[in-house]
Amino acid sequence: MEGTCGVAKFRQTHATAAMRAQRFIAPPMGTNCTLTLVYISVCPHILKTMSEAADFAIQDGEGGNAVLALSGPYLVSTIAQVDDALRAIDGAVGTIDLSQVSEIDTVGAWVACRIAEQHDAQICGASERAQRLINAVKDSGNEADMVPRERPIWLRVPQDLGSWVMVGCVGVLNVVGFLGQILTSFGSIIRHPSRFRMRALVHQIELVGVDALPIIGLMSFLIGIVIAQQGAVQLAQFGAETLTINLVGRITLRELGVLMTAIMVAGRSGSAFAAQIGTMKLTEEVDAMRTIGISPTEALVIPRILAAVIMMPLLGFYASVLAIIGGAVVGDMLLGIPFWTFLERVKEVVPTFDLWVGLIKAPVFGLIVGLAGCYHGMQVRGNSEEVGKRTTLAVVSAIFAVIVLDAFFAVFFTEIGWG
Amino acid sequence: MSENKTAVDALVDQMLDQNPRQREPREHERFRGDYPIVVRGLENCFGEQKVHEDLSLEVNRGEILGVVGGSGTGKSVLMRSIIGLQTPSAGDIEVFGRSITDARPDEEIGVRNRWGVLFQGGALFSTLTVGENVEVPLRQFYPEMSTRMREEIARYKVILSGLPEEACSKFPSELSGGMRKRAGLARALALDPELLFLDEPTAGLDPIGAAAFDRLTRELKETLGLTVFLITHDLDTLYEICDRVAVLADRQVIAVGTIPELLETDHPWIDEYFNGPRGRAAQASQARAGG
Repeated sequence: MEGTCGVAKFRQTHATAAMRAQRFIAPPMGTNCTLTLVYISVCPHILKTMSEAADFAIQDGEGGNAVLALSGPYLVSTIAQVDDALRAIDGAVGTIDLSQVSEIDTVGAWVACRIAEQHDAQICGASERAQRLINAVKDSGNEADMVPRERPIWLRVPQDLGSWVMVGCVGVLNVVGFLGQILTSFGSIIRHPSRFRMRALVHQIELVGVDALPIIGLMSFLIGIVIAQQGAVQLAQFGAETLTINLVGRITLRELGVLMTAIMVAGRSGSAFAAQIGTMKLTEEVDAMRTIGISPTEALVIPRILAAVIMMPLLGFYASVLAIIGGAVVGDMLLGIPFWTFLERVKEVVPTFDLWVGLIKAPVFGLIVGLAGCYHGMQVRGNSEEVGKRTTLAVVSAIFAVIVLDAFFAVFFTEIGWG
Repeated sequence: MSENKTAVDALVDQMLDQNPRQREPREHERFRGDYPIVVRGLENCFGEQKVHEDLSLEVNRGEILGVVGGSGTGKSVLMRSIIGLQTPSAGDIEVFGRSITDARPDEEIGVRNRWGVLFQGGALFSTLTVGENVEVPLRQFYPEMSTRMREEIARYKVILSGLPEEACSKFPSELSGGMRKRAGLARALALDPELLFLDEPTAGLDPIGAAAFDRLTRELKETLGLTVFLITHDLDTLYEICDRVAVLADRQVIAVGTIPELLETDHPWIDEYFNGPRGRAAQASQARAGG
């Protein structure tokens, strides 16, 4: 028993201060205390880093029951130094002596209680404060282990996979249900037009549409430049640079103008919808609305979705126009096609149905973006992390759905002869 | 050997205690001064609006100081200034003898592990369980502590705050308002602070829950030797547990003292506050409890 903590025993036989110093800068073996004193005088900085440490020693007591003498500060800041060693004590401990403990807080008191319980030992030598703390923490915390948080891997993987599939299926059903809810709300608004929130719609139109004009304009203009410039380089190999006009005009009106706008709107507004509605869910604003008799679908969701549906065709058209202007600038500067000639030519080579293809797709994309944003916003539950997760999901799922649907549209319109 | 020991000890003591007033408190030493919080000439402005002007306040060690005042008199701003979340426009604030006002907002000045703060809504981290919430300060200040030790400490703190053990593994959104406050208190107590800030701890609790929370505060103050800075509107709390009450009005602390002392000041606001219908009811219940 004696010597379980040999270091502690050794330390006890030395002067306290000298021992403290040894912990940081151990003088060579055999150095006497005078030398240690010189150490301290020469290196006064060690006194700063040096602080008392929690320690313990095990002494033999009567009847084979050892006495565990704790010494030094037993505080939340020092307990880590001795925690492992205290846990490792095996064998019978009859008494825990706290008389040498310099400072104690609830952590120290609790550790003493824990050891007492573990070894069925008595606590003695506790100061008044220590005794008070021990009484306060004595009843808290039995030794029952915490419930393990993680399941074993062979359960975790299939369970997570299963719940993942279920969440996916339920999610699809929920989105369809959400769409149905919006349509019925929309129906009831048409029957009671006074419930329609015009101000909210106008506000959302400003946020979704007007505020997006500069960034979408710049993006489309640059895309027009890139398509024209890269297209011209490739077409020059056939000596068909003039076909650049067809390329720019048709691809922007049919595909890119609307598609890039949808992606931009998803990133700008879809995320905003999800974050706004999600935060309102967290702060119980949505619940408050319900109790006052305002339908959140009518007040929050419909203005946003409607704004997206209305603004998408306009933004898409605007984007296409700016992309063509970008192409015309390149044509003027690199290909020698005068700016206005470029625009004239666009009118001749681009069939009208290309414009229709773009304009028919746009409101559908708007619906998808708005729906994804509002749906994920309304799904927020519990905590702030959920808002972030749902916002990301709203943007990712909206962009994904837009691109998938665009592929369907492309095939569909070609099949009906609008190639 | 024993002579040498004395010599070393004397030297150590001399070096540590050269200037007992000025020296930094040692790492494991409790605050021994009389006033853990000293506020001098505090001034806080928000734009044109002055919230505090030449405000001074001293909090005695080991007392529960209740802070009252009408809405908008800057009780929370005062607390935020003391805990360093709000930089005052002028004045000096010392906590445990160290200046808060001279330090930059995130600078480590060695007092953050010696105070605990309970915000009004609990301010628990919503993505962590209650147990993990309590572990956050332990992890921040004592990373060397073993995970097991941390979990055990968190668990007994949760129980000490009057929550059932199962609450440890719950998320804040699964708790009631009162339980959230208790969980917030458990986090505030995580590091065994010497100073506890409570911002309206009993607001929104039912009378039984509020009384239990008051008792808990009192018990903790007595067992752990805490100094408590308590913002409240709850007259029962003031009568039951506060040693002294500070009244904020006219951008200053207009009076500090026990409730009988305050009643003698004849300030109209104080008079209305304590002698209004609610004040009388609290007085009556206090008298019943006393008699």
